[in-house]
Amino acid sequence: MSDRSLLEIDNVQTSFRVGDSYYAAVDGVSLNVERNEVLAIVGESGSGKSALAFSIMGLHNSHKTKIEGSIRLNGKDVNHLSTSELNKVRGKDMGMIFQEPLTALNPLKTIKDQITEALDLHTNFSAKQQNERALHLLNEVGIPRADKVMNQYPHELSGGMRQRVVIAIAISCDPSLLIADEPTTALDATIQSQILDLLNELKEEKDSGIILITHDLGVVAEMADRVAVMYAGQVVELADVMSLFKQPKHPYTRSLLSSVPSTQDEKDMLHVIQGVVPSLPKMPRTGCRFKARIPWMADDTHEENPELREVADGHYVRCTCYKHFYFPEEEAEKDVAAHRE
Amino acid sequence: MWKFIVRRIIIMFPQLVLLSMIVFILAQLMPGDVTSSLAMDPNVSPEQQEQIREDLGLNEPWHTQYLNWVGSVVQGDFGHSFTHSVPVSDLIWHRMVNSIWLGVAALIFVYMLALPLGLISGRWNDTIADRLITGYTYIGFAAPLFIFALVMLFIFGFQLGWFPTGGSVDPGLTGWDFFTSKVYHLLLPALSLALIGTVTTVQYLRSEVIETKQKEFISTARAKGVPEPKVYTNHIFRNSLLPIAAVFGYEVTTLIGGSIFVEQIFSYPGMGQLFLESIQVRDFPVVTAIVMLFGVAAILGALLSDIIMSIVDPRIRIK
Amino acid sequence: MSLLTVNNLKVHYPIRGGILRRKIDVVRAVDGITMELERGETYGLVGESGSGKSTSGRAIIGLESPTAGEVTFEGQKLNQLKRQDRREYYKDIQMVFQDPYSSLNPKKRVNDIIAEPIRNFEKRTKDDERRRIQELLELVGLSPESMHKYPHEFSGGQKQRLGVARALALQPKLIIADEPVSALDVSVQAQVLNFMKEIQRELDLTYIFISHDLGVVRHMCNRIGIMYNGRFVEEGSAEDVYDNPQHIYTKRLVAAIPDIDPANRKHQTDFRREVKKEYDNKKAEFFDEHGGVFDLKQVSSTHYAALP
Repeated sequence: MSDRSLLEIDNVQTSFRVGDSYYAAVDGVSLNVERNEVLAIVGESGSGKSALAFSIMGLHNSHKTKIEGSIRLNGKDVNHLSTSELNKVRGKDMGMIFQEPLTALNPLKTIKDQITEALDLHTNFSAKQQNERALHLLNEVGIPRADKVMNQYPHELSGGMRQRVVIAIAISCDPSLLIADEPTTALDATIQSQILDLLNELKEEKDSGIILITHDLGVVAEMADRVAVMYAGQVVELADVMSLFKQPKHPYTRSLLSSVPSTQDEKDMLHVIQGVVPSLPKMPRTGCRFKARIPWMADDTHEENPELREVADGHYVRCTCYKHFYFPEEEAEKDVAAHRE
Repeated sequence: MWKFIVRRIIIMFPQLVLLSMIVFILAQLMPGDVTSSLAMDPNVSPEQQEQIREDLGLNEPWHTQYLNWVGSVVQGDFGHSFTHSVPVSDLIWHRMVNSIWLGVAALIFVYMLALPLGLISGRWNDTIADRLITGYTYIGFAAPLFIFALVMLFIFGFQLGWFPTGGSVDPGLTGWDFFTSKVYHLLLPALSLALIGTVTTVQYLRSEVIETKQKEFISTARAKGVPEPKVYTNHIFRNSLLPIAAVFGYEVTTLIGGSIFVEQIFSYPGMGQLFLESIQVRDFPVVTAIVMLFGVAAILGALLSDIIMSIVDPRIRIK
Repeated sequence: MSLLTVNNLKVHYPIRGGILRRKIDVVRAVDGITMELERGETYGLVGESGSGKSTSGRAIIGLESPTAGEVTFEGQKLNQLKRQDRREYYKDIQMVFQDPYSSLNPKKRVNDIIAEPIRNFEKRTKDDERRRIQELLELVGLSPESMHKYPHEFSGGQKQRLGVARALALQPKLIIADEPVSALDVSVQAQVLNFMKEIQRELDLTYIFISHDLGVVRHMCNRIGIMYNGRFVEEGSAEDVYDNPQHIYTKRLVAAIPDIDPANRKHQTDFRREVKKEYDNKKAEFFDEHGGVFDLKQVSSTHYAALP
């Protein structure tokens, strides 16, 4: 554990109650985040990436969710805190940015009230100091005419402005960890790049760590230092951003990358992953969880109990099937080429 | 906000005109008019009767009659009662005051019950407390008001003798004593009305709280570290109360409907009781006047709920 | 002859104000767009939220009534037709919506959802209708048995296929797809995009593809119109628009596309900063004194831009 270490997630399992049984949506995830680092968590709906983020923040409904394992923020296990102790950490040491700026703000409260609420809880500021700080924050996240916006309501602001307010709330007490759950998915491209720039600046300035949850690989390529790819509740690949994009290893990572339409290459057809993401109760619990999506791979290419292994410096992959993986399209092309010769 | 309220009040006028037309048409459809009782009188000849009709303007075309009628209604003149031979307005005035007392008391009880019950069962949904409250609302929906009111009257009025079983006030009292006697008389009918009338609002509030709980801004609040009780008081409750203002008008209408039975059962001298009596003796001018007033009350209830909404909700307030 | 011509189409909404809610101003959601579509091509309508791209699509298909301008389909001016005749033409133009979850009635079975347009426009016997529905389901890659299921029994990608099946029911010539993949995960998105290309070839379809995702648009479209404030700021082939943008607004939009190569990160950031600076400096030159968009001027044989 280095001094730069900020968050250590160790073997976290988050299970939801469906009927009478619990099903793990996050299944044994271990990750760490350092200061001034952006860790991206990528995956499709049902991969467990948002469930993990909500587990870190303790936002799941405790009656329907079980969270096991340890989540240590600055050395303190936040998973085993009482709600009132957790409330001293939330908003102060860790903040969260949500996907929908439209619904992430209380429609009946002014922007000022929504920002000062956090300051009121975590600082000894007087009302005047709170106001000054709120104004300062709005300026910091790039909101023009901040003094006017202070007294406005969410419905009076555009989507991009609302997301800036959500960020201002999240950073109001200078948290060391920021969790951003699809922060730009609901925004236009030009606004998206502005918000990403803003997050980058804030990270540098405050030496904080960011967990960026997204399904958008373009956003990952532009923002992340390291990337964890999740499938069916597990991390299947973890690497620094350059290795992940240049030498992706796990079949799921490679499939995802080749299913994104790019503005450069002129592929006519995109790669399609066979089958669907299994629903929570139907998720395979043994063997390689991605096996059903790559049925052309022989059974013996998979491991019986796949584990996340370091295959290069800082590059981790789950299951041995990556060593032999190929796309069926490529194989077909090779056949054609072989015939010609 | 002011613009909204002014516009809302302007919209109310066509509603009132429409109401008055419907009431007028209904009155026209009812058999007989002021002169009908004269027909039985051997001292009045058919010619004289016709003369009276002419003098009263009953032979005018319908639109003139309508305008005459509206003109008098606006001045508080609803014509003469067939049976009591006094102006309808004199007959109604006293009863109306009683009914307003009852209505306001019932409304206070409705919200005194609905707010805590709805908020509790919404916050702790699917717990035993919630099941009990929801169970009560189902009973409230299923039980007919007039039977429930009779049971209340029987138990608390006759058996236990805690409350008076009729009237609106003891005679010969003034000042504070008059007031307490009034309240004492209307407690049981108002409570009976409220216990049944409140269940809609309880259920509404419950589902509203459950829905608001799942909104993303609640996660934002929790992520700020807002303690759980404050999450409810500052974020969930206020947002859940908003739609309750919207059903306020509906609640008023339900209470008016209910008051008709309840006043009858408790022999409470209000408009509802008068309404039923007048129907029985076919005193149509009184019936018409009461229908008109009930309609106006319903329209005012809806107006009030919209005004409350516009004050509480910044999305309406700031446009 | 082109399949569809849109000439100076405008959709204005009144803004009402004051106590009597009189018309005090108008929102120019679409303010004079002109475009031409050849059979078999895919035309991309791109813009940010509020640019009027969706309203344009809806006005072409008749879901919004245009304030001015004309839409000509196969040589026939649609707004001059009587209601009854217009119906016939609208059979040939169908729409696919963004949200496969809310655009399908959850209480209806698949066969009723797909049969709805057939029942509205064609008289078929029960057997004939069932055969047609099975045909359509096979065409979009779903099993014929799925006709007895409800929408919630399908995944997101399958639901979007149902939306397409419904649009195909009347054998349309033009399909207007409004953000058809925006609500879908990447792998599902790839599935739907591939499938749209396949049926386009198979059935000789023409698409208007409305999207805010410039990556998807480049992958799908031959020609692209960039909209801003209800008007076109630029129009041209995919290469024209992406590799040689002329209007400052287009430049900024293209610069904002996330680059999938992390090695370009630094370069991308600098480039964006440069474009932003250029945008702020030259904004006055590219828009008129009221901030309005100029008329399109020809840049090359395929390329138009709203330059002063």
